[in-house]
Amino acid sequence: MYKIVRRRSLKPTVTQIEVEAPLVANKAKPGQFIILRVDEEGERIPLTVAGVNPDEGTVMVIFQVVGATTEKLNHKKEGEYLQDFVGPLGNPTETEGIKRVCVVGGGVGCAIAWPVAKEFHRIGAEVTSIIGFRSEDLVILEEEFDACSDRLIVMTDDGSYKREGNVTVPLRELLEAGEKFDMIITIGPLVMMKFVTLTAKDFDAPITVSMSPIMVDGTGMCGCCRLTLHTEEGEQMKFACVDGPDFNGYEVDFDEAIARGRTYFDYERKQHDHVCNLLKAADELKANA
Amino acid sequence: MAIDPKKHEMPSQDPMVRAHNFNEVALGYEEATALAEAARCLNCKNQPCVAGCPVNVHIPEFIAKIKEGDFEGAYQIIASTSSLPAVCGRVCPQETQCEELCTLGKKFEPVGIGRLERFVADWHNDQEALKANPPKSNGHKVAIVGSGPAGLTCAGDLARLGYKVTIFEALHTPGGVLVYGIPEFRLPKAIVAREVEGLKDLGVDVETNVVIGKTLTIDEIFDMGYEAVFVGSGAGLPSFMHIPGESLRGVYSANEYLTRSNLMKAFRDDDPDTPIMKGGKVAVVGGGNVAMDAARTALRLGAEHVYIVYRRSMEELPARAEEVEHAKEEGIDFRLLNNPVEVLGYHNPDDPRDPKNGTVNGLRCIKMELGEPDASGRRRPVPIEGSEFDLDVDTVIIAIGTSPNPLIKNTTKGLEVNRKGGIVVNEGGLTSREAVYAGGDAVTGAATVISAMGAGKVAAASIDEYLSAK
Repeated sequence: MYKIVRRRSLKPTVTQIEVEAPLVANKAKPGQFIILRVDEEGERIPLTVAGVNPDEGTVMVIFQVVGATTEKLNHKKEGEYLQDFVGPLGNPTETEGIKRVCVVGGGVGCAIAWPVAKEFHRIGAEVTSIIGFRSEDLVILEEEFDACSDRLIVMTDDGSYKREGNVTVPLRELLEAGEKFDMIITIGPLVMMKFVTLTAKDFDAPITVSMSPIMVDGTGMCGCCRLTLHTEEGEQMKFACVDGPDFNGYEVDFDEAIARGRTYFDYERKQHDHVCNLLKAADELKANA
Repeated sequence: MAIDPKKHEMPSQDPMVRAHNFNEVALGYEEATALAEAARCLNCKNQPCVAGCPVNVHIPEFIAKIKEGDFEGAYQIIASTSSLPAVCGRVCPQETQCEELCTLGKKFEPVGIGRLERFVADWHNDQEALKANPPKSNGHKVAIVGSGPAGLTCAGDLARLGYKVTIFEALHTPGGVLVYGIPEFRLPKAIVAREVEGLKDLGVDVETNVVIGKTLTIDEIFDMGYEAVFVGSGAGLPSFMHIPGESLRGVYSANEYLTRSNLMKAFRDDDPDTPIMKGGKVAVVGGGNVAMDAARTALRLGAEHVYIVYRRSMEELPARAEEVEHAKEEGIDFRLLNNPVEVLGYHNPDDPRDPKNGTVNGLRCIKMELGEPDASGRRRPVPIEGSEFDLDVDTVIIAIGTSPNPLIKNTTKGLEVNRKGGIVVNEGGLTSREAVYAGGDAVTGAATVISAMGAGKVAAASIDEYLSAK
């Protein structure tokens, strides 16, 4: 069992937790992920490591409530325990030789982009961060990004906070103005990453995308997280859990990844509603007791 | 008394009933049947059956104990060489091992050795549990990577010799392929849990959620004071056919399909957290035990029709005979000498947002005929030009094997692997690294439970020899 030592609500549906897992805390690097199960009947879900504290033996993850499992996870309080917590899985983000980087994060993907930006800042790279959200009430980690970025641009789709528009708008402006990045790294919804990649392509700018497909074991056994790369040597099947999660954006077949990501959409929505109702009923019982 | 020419049948659930539940199919011998079957053993001097067993169970001796009615004595004889009697009695391919060599089998059907082993193990497990006491410690620490059949066997043998053994398991439940791969209806998970508990009684520690190569490396294990390591990390990434359409929604590797159903309990009908596609028409590609398991799981999950698509003929089909028989009885449709060439997908050209876009709606196959024997000695299947046809299915499960997991090889300096990624070992299970041993699918690629157990056993003996000499 793995204790939640700290819990912080970033937004009504976005939560940060720090979990006691000393072996993982010793090893995890930016770009890697963990897999957790909330309870004995729970499913295994991958979440990216947002930070570690090796002295304390804790690992931070940030999640958005999107389904039954994250709903249950969000209901866990400080001091309570998670059934399973395993990692670090996947490969760390490649930082070698990168002096100027542009980190483009979208939505809860910013929770993954943040430790990456932090790491580049730590090794002395010049960091430009572009972070985008649907609207003001979903903006997270702005201060944290500010602290590790030489330049920070915050966007909202509806213009309810800072600049209106999606993340590709300022990226295109920067590239048009002649900015050269050794690497653009984008982390967020698949559709966003697809369009960030297309934007970079117009300028021949190198781009890395962080993929988060559906996984089961996460250790290279089940093959659920496979994706197709279109490389110079032809089509290749890769597994995000052991070959990724970072890939060359130009090679990723996004449309296929988007379709595969929807596999259990209906089931998940149904389960989420089911769990929400259960938790609500339990809360009411407690309140009335 | 004349010898009964036929093996005693083992009672099983009615095929029409069991095709819709996950309870165990074969029900095991009653005491009287076991006694009658044991009486068929000739107790011949040269004991050919023992040589056919990868862990050399003293078969005639345990059967002799059954004849005497001393079932616990029979169990102790099996347990002295096999760590997992209740498992082997259920999943071993006896017809190509012990029973193939049975003297009685030259004239009649061989003795039902597997069924007798199962009877003895189940009888033992039904008794009031006598807790084994940990043997006296010899002061040496050994680490085992992976809690599948190879790791459990190696751990059991070493623990009985007094070694302090820790098993590191990547998943949240110990058992490896016995829990994520083999379905409940063939090997109840309670049996696996019991075998693991037995090892714990012997003083073995099991650390779940530790991925060797990620959470800890082999070198760090040595730094922690372990003096030898056995790598039984099992099969890794599933193989795909590399035909068009394999990434459509509705295409599973058998590993994924079975893991969802078995380990994650998606088979239950009480809204499990882990989803799986249920119902519809299903094609399973491949002819091994894993293919049979996937096909029969699909049926139990409510599929209307399940095909096994295999490119060779029934003669070459590698699955255990009993599984094939059971599958046929349950109504699995065997399409032999058929090879898939493309997974067909639904695509609505008028609506890119149609939720059905990218889902499977067929499997295009080509008919095959057998040509000259290939490197494996089996006749090579050759496509018959122009014979393509489409199977109407909405789920395709690929069960054509796996390749070893790369995590340990990538993080262990000096560990030699072969062209396919399998860890290279000598006849004693020693790798190219001192004090690092390996066995099971991590070495051989996908094989059987019993061959993995055999490898675990060999490595345990080598580790004992190595550490005793230290």
